[in-house]
Amino acid sequence: MIFLTIGTQGPFDRLVLAVDAWCKTKGRGAEIFGQIARPKPGCEPNHFDWVERLDPAEFNRRFAEASLIISHAGMGTIISALEAGKQIVVMPRRFDLGEHRNDHQIATVNQLSTRPGVFVARDETELGARIDQALAATRSAGPPKLSRFADPRFTSALRKLILQPDEQ
Amino acid sequence: MRLRPSWAGLKVTYVTTDAGLKSVLEQDAKDTGDEVAGFHAVVDANLNAKFQLLRQLLQLVAVFRRSRPDVVITTGAAPGYFAVRLGRLFGARTIWIDSIANADELSLSGKRLKNHADVWLTQWEHLERPEGPVFLGSVI
Repeated sequence: MIFLTIGTQGPFDRLVLAVDAWCKTKGRGAEIFGQIARPKPGCEPNHFDWVERLDPAEFNRRFAEASLIISHAGMGTIISALEAGKQIVVMPRRFDLGEHRNDHQIATVNQLSTRPGVFVARDETELGARIDQALAATRSAGPPKLSRFADPRFTSALRKLILQPDEQ
Repeated sequence: MRLRPSWAGLKVTYVTTDAGLKSVLEQDAKDTGDEVAGFHAVVDANLNAKFQLLRQLLQLVAVFRRSRPDVVITTGAAPGYFAVRLGRLFGARTIWIDSIANADELSLSGKRLKNHADVWLTQWEHLERPEGPVFLGSVI
């Protein structure tokens, strides 16, 4: 299965419609399930199953079962995919289109575009090709799993700051 | 959540806008045998939702009055901003770790906290500046 999630920041119709178009072209809509918060009327997908909201347990189950994740470029979802060793296709929300409060998701994809397992579609025109590439990649071993916790050098430095106040 | 080893074994209260996190913490307690961490869900809010912001602030005041933290540690955004400002008022040490999602510039709330947080960190090395923020590492 492929799991599509657009996060909870409101609609992201560009991504949803691009995934829908990909399903129509490839005839693979049956493989996709989406969690799509508040699509604009007329922007609901026609070629795959979706719901507006999953409870956290159900979300985690869908996520775990998926062989590929498609998502907005939210760090939470990207980190979850990396922790699970799954390929992820991401497309950034844009401020000028009212998709987010600023363009930080564009900064995110600029930084992560070379990371193994992360397939960046800069916009809807690139999405289909990235899904195809990511699907091809899922046939071989997934990207290395990110460990459950941050780099111990960072967490131990933080622990020091928590336990031993200095004059910073 | 990926920074948990930093406060392992300490008495912790989590405050989040994501109520689903509670089950993760309960599982965590089962796995480690530690007591379940304190947990409060507050409403999500941002600068475009002023009424929600006010509600969120009041919820946070209630959490602070109950838990009286020694240290406040946050990655933002609106609730994190309030937590640092309230942390000061309640005499806590405050640690701001600007969210990993801000790779081009510090978040709006992060910039505004320069003179309010005791420790002011970015998770991107290229955003580190001599006058702060400091880079010590990132969640990934």
